[in-house]
Amino acid sequence: MSDHDVSPRHAWWSRFTSSSPTVVTAYAFILGLVVGVVIIATTTPAVLDAWRGIFHGWDGLPHALNITFNNVGAAYRDMFTGSVVDPQGFWHSLTTGKGWPNTLTPLSETLTYATPLIIVSIGVGIAFQTGLFNIGANGQAVIGGIAGTAFGSMLHMPTIIHLPLTLLMGIAGGMLVGAVPGLLKAYTGAHEVIVTLMFNYVTYSVLLFMVLSTPFQQPGQANDIGRTLDPSAILAPLFGTTSGLRISYGIFVAAIVVVFAWWLLDRSSLGFDFRITGANPSAARASGINAKRVIVLAFLISGGLAGLAGVVQVASTTHYIDGGFLIGSAGIGFTAITVALLGRNRPMGIVWAALLFAALGVGGRNMQSLTGIPLDLATVIQSAIVLFVATPVLVKEIFKLRHVTTNSLQLATTGWGS
Amino acid sequence: MRLELRGMTKRFGSLTANDQISLTVEPGQIHSLLGENGAGKSTLMNVLFGLLRPDEGEILIDGEVVAITDSGEAVRRGIGMVHQHFMLVPVFSVTENVVLGFEPVKSLNRVDYKKATEDIRRLSKQFNLDVDPDAVIENLPVGLQQRVEILKALSHDADLLILDEPTAVLTPQEIDSLMEIMRSLAAAGKSILFITHKLKEVKAIADVITVIRHGKVVGTAEPTATESELASLMVGRDVKLIVEKSPYDPGEEVFEIRDLVVLDDRGLVAVNGVSLDVRAGEVLALAGVQGNGQTELVEAIVGMRPVLSGTISLHGRDITNLTPRKALDAGIGHIPEDRQRDGLVLTMSVADNLVLNTPRRAPFASRGTRNLGAVNDYAVRLVHDFDIRTTSIKAPTSSLSGGNQQKVIVARELSRSLEFLVASQPTRGLDVGSIEYVHRQIVEHRNRGNGSLIVSSELDEVLALGDRICVMFEGRIVGTVEPTVSRESIGLLMAGHTLEATNV
Repeated sequence: MSDHDVSPRHAWWSRFTSSSPTVVTAYAFILGLVVGVVIIATTTPAVLDAWRGIFHGWDGLPHALNITFNNVGAAYRDMFTGSVVDPQGFWHSLTTGKGWPNTLTPLSETLTYATPLIIVSIGVGIAFQTGLFNIGANGQAVIGGIAGTAFGSMLHMPTIIHLPLTLLMGIAGGMLVGAVPGLLKAYTGAHEVIVTLMFNYVTYSVLLFMVLSTPFQQPGQANDIGRTLDPSAILAPLFGTTSGLRISYGIFVAAIVVVFAWWLLDRSSLGFDFRITGANPSAARASGINAKRVIVLAFLISGGLAGLAGVVQVASTTHYIDGGFLIGSAGIGFTAITVALLGRNRPMGIVWAALLFAALGVGGRNMQSLTGIPLDLATVIQSAIVLFVATPVLVKEIFKLRHVTTNSLQLATTGWGS
Repeated sequence: MRLELRGMTKRFGSLTANDQISLTVEPGQIHSLLGENGAGKSTLMNVLFGLLRPDEGEILIDGEVVAITDSGEAVRRGIGMVHQHFMLVPVFSVTENVVLGFEPVKSLNRVDYKKATEDIRRLSKQFNLDVDPDAVIENLPVGLQQRVEILKALSHDADLLILDEPTAVLTPQEIDSLMEIMRSLAAAGKSILFITHKLKEVKAIADVITVIRHGKVVGTAEPTATESELASLMVGRDVKLIVEKSPYDPGEEVFEIRDLVVLDDRGLVAVNGVSLDVRAGEVLALAGVQGNGQTELVEAIVGMRPVLSGTISLHGRDITNLTPRKALDAGIGHIPEDRQRDGLVLTMSVADNLVLNTPRRAPFASRGTRNLGAVNDYAVRLVHDFDIRTTSIKAPTSSLSGGNQQKVIVARELSRSLEFLVASQPTRGLDVGSIEYVHRQIVEHRNRGNGSLIVSSELDEVLALGDRICVMFEGRIVGTVEPTVSRESIGLLMAGHTLEATNV
């Protein structure tokens, strides 16, 4: 086949035209931004007004195009400067040595949002690799957050003991919730999607109960606010409290989780069992793998990481839990499902996907405040990217990508059957 | 309807599932398509019903070439299909299922259930298909569900009915009533394509028999042909298999099964009191037409299916109802019947698949961490020793040909320290070169003084490998013979005759 013959001169270009998962993901990102352009152009009042002008004569066309480009450009510029860096501010800091905290704030915010998201998404990804759908990571994170915060707020001891124990309590809380769907699936065959989904409601009710009851409720408060973490149990800002940058030691926790997940999936015997079970349950059984054990352990690890993400979220940002903890758009356990899918369930892939999602969220807030374009646009772009990643055939067709054999993109979509 | 197939060919990658198949079904005829599982019968029917597109060949209906592009087209052309696994909605009533997709409507687009029910009553009466139109499918026995499928086809004015393994799920009484239904349909002028691997049924009902094997038509027969003739046509004799074997010198008994009873997935008795023993340095070949309990027997030995009663022992040690892990550790090697389902993880590398069931054994792992260096060294050695053709040990196993995939399994199993080898259809779907290779490996394993149980429905394989041959029929061992007996005798045993009747 002629289109497979790539001369050395074109080898560089061929990297961008092959349909390897990484390339497809990159093109899906571009398509997501294109969808964003269409939405900005069709929903922003100023743009629509400008286009109305063309009904009065063709002179209106350049004006309309100009307004469109301005609005789209402003939206994406504000998204970028709000989440990564403002080039002007960066240049200012570089030349004068002043204003570094301000210049680094966008990046710091993105990393702050990404940290718990990375941890919980890796938990979801490990379950996916085992062929299990953990839709309940959010609930596991909520309970992990409650357990960790309870331990971290009611006791006082040296940081070197208190903080690790607080994080461990979060892991234990998540494991406890994760164990339920694991045990139910292993021993009764109950489908984990239903059980984990329903447990999100259970854990939400537990949250509401906890933040309104002694001893967890903030003393002297009638509102739904829990106790504040003892200073010995928080993940302190990396550059000190005076810098104003929120980025905390939590990113080291995330880094440890990434290394652990890499070891588990790529190097450990247990992870090998997980992956065999996820890829071919029949062969797993014939190879002597105890499916019950694998299901329970995968859910314990997945839930444990979700719980850790919950407590990291508290310990690195608010330091207390209220009734809105991980609710709605803050529900990182739900975002984690799409992040894991986008990262193809691999630790490093998930890191990049989580950074992207965090940047879109943080940048979207900046865009909203400066241009008035709603934050929901960021969510639409996130969703569009995932939709395109989930339909590689469409992306390949749009960009006429050459076919290379790959099985990895479909990985996350196995396992619904029984 | 007169249906003619000319030179139908269907390929899946390198596998030719249907190879130049031609056959003719006359109006009012019951035409039986006989062949083993995997012979290509279902592929052919899926092509005919428009579910698959043929690579070559044409379909003629009443002398006219037609293109059947999808199942809707097949239905319009008067072809009805009753699938092996019913396509019914369990919570719908009989009427709802029959009219699904073709609902008669009255004003305001409402479904006219009254008319639908009447139509079904009329059809049931016409063809003696007694079934209550208001019954809910999930409450009906399997035999009646099948009638609903037939009714559904007839309600679309089918003139040709394809029945794909219709008796596989039925009790003997239900089979009898199905046969009556088929006769009355044929008498009413409907043509029937009856797909099966069961010889008795073919003889009882068919007007014409076409036998296919490995995707090719290997012969046509009249229902007057004997069962052993049909059996030997089905399992074939065209490939001559000769394997160098050292003289048969059995040692002590290493493996023993006593009065084994095992159920199949539907809870019916599949293995019915089987006893056999295998000695050191011996290959015991288990012959029989597929679906007579061999699969369940093997699954019971390797711990993948519970044993209801009876015992399995290895070197005098009871290994009944072990977990698959314990059976593997006891030294049972297993070459599974469905290699892609049970033997390999296709998305994983050749190296990973070579240690699939021994990932924790030294030196492949220590303290929970895999030693990928040791795994890769081992894989390189096995790929070389067993001549596995792959671009790299890191290549996904799905990129290998079927023969090389099987070599991965053979290499993995025979390179573990084995006490006993169980191989099920070890050469199914392989090319002649790979068949010879796998046979040689099995014989070398035997020559080293190990016991083996080889399950095969290929007569030639059984005769080439077996030092003794047991024939299994309907869950029982109907005879044990020497490999020197005639094919006809084994054919008769495979058709369910007893040893005395075959005079060997």
